Amino acid sequence: MKVTVRFFALYRERAGTARGCFTLSPGATLGQLVETVRGRYPDLAPPHVEVVAAVNTEYAEAGVVLQDGDEVALIPPVSGGGRPGPPAFAGRDH
Amino acid sequence: MIEITRQAIDPQPVTASVRRDSNGAVVTFLGVTRRHSMGKAVLYLEYEAYEPMALKELAKIGREVGSRWGLQDVAIVHRVGRLEIEDVSLVVAVASPHRREAFEACQYVVDRIKETVPIWKKEVFEDGAVWVGCQSHEPSGAGARSAEDRPVPASQASGD
Repeated sequence: MKVTVRFFALYRERAGTARGCFTLSPGATLGQLVETVRGRYPDLAPPHVEVVAAVNTEYAEAGVVLQDGDEVALIPPVSGGGRPGPPAFAGRDH
Repeated sequence: MIEITRQAIDPQPVTASVRRDSNGAVVTFLGVTRRHSMGKAVLYLEYEAYEPMALKELAKIGREVGSRWGLQDVAIVHRVGRLEIEDVSLVVAVASPHRREAFEACQYVVDRIKETVPIWKKEVFEDGAVWVGCQSHEPSGAGARSAEDRPVPASQASGD
C-alpha cells in the first residue's frame, strides 16, 4: 500500500521536499512509517526527538495502523513552542 | 468565523461577527509582528500552515471554549505567508454576557493556538532565519497527543 507523507516548515526544509510517497506492507503502523521516513531523511530531527504526526489531518499515536491512500503529516513544533496536548484546563480556575 | 487567509486582516469584521444583544463584553486580541526577537532586528516573518488540519484544530478550540465557559461566540482569523513588521498575524474575538469569561476565554484561545494548531512562524533576520519554537522546544518523550475528547484529570493536565 502507498501513503503520502507531507513535510512542513522546519521538516520541509530539512527533508528538502514538501511531500513524499512511501510504500508499506499491509498492517504497517504510523510509528513504523515515521522510522522509515527518518531513515530516508536522517537530518529530519535529532535521534532523541519524537516526531509528532497526523493521519488524515488528525493527530495520531504511533500504534495507529495505516491504510492505503492515507496522508501523513509530520508536525514540527508549532509557533509558540511546546508539544501538543489535551485541553489545558488545569490551573485555570476562576 | 474561523479562517486562514493570505490577505491583511481587518479586525473590525472579526469583532463584529461575535456581537449580539445578549453579550455585554467583547474581547479582541491582535497578534502583531514585532520588530525585535532574541535581541535581533527582524526583517519579516513567514507563516506556514497545514491548512485543512489547522482549520479543524481552530474549530476544536472554539468547541473547547464552549465546553469550558459555555460560550459560542468565538472568532479566529490567522494570516499566513509573508508578514512585515507591525502586520496583524492573528485576530481572536470572544464575546460573552459578562467580561470575566470573555477575557479568560480569549486568553485561552490564544494560548491554545500556539499549542495545537499546525501553523509555523519563521523569523527572518539579516544574518539568517529561525523557525520559532524549534530551538529549545523540540518535543521529547513518548507518545503523540491524546485524542481531543479523552477526559483529562485536572491533576494530569499539562500547563505551560
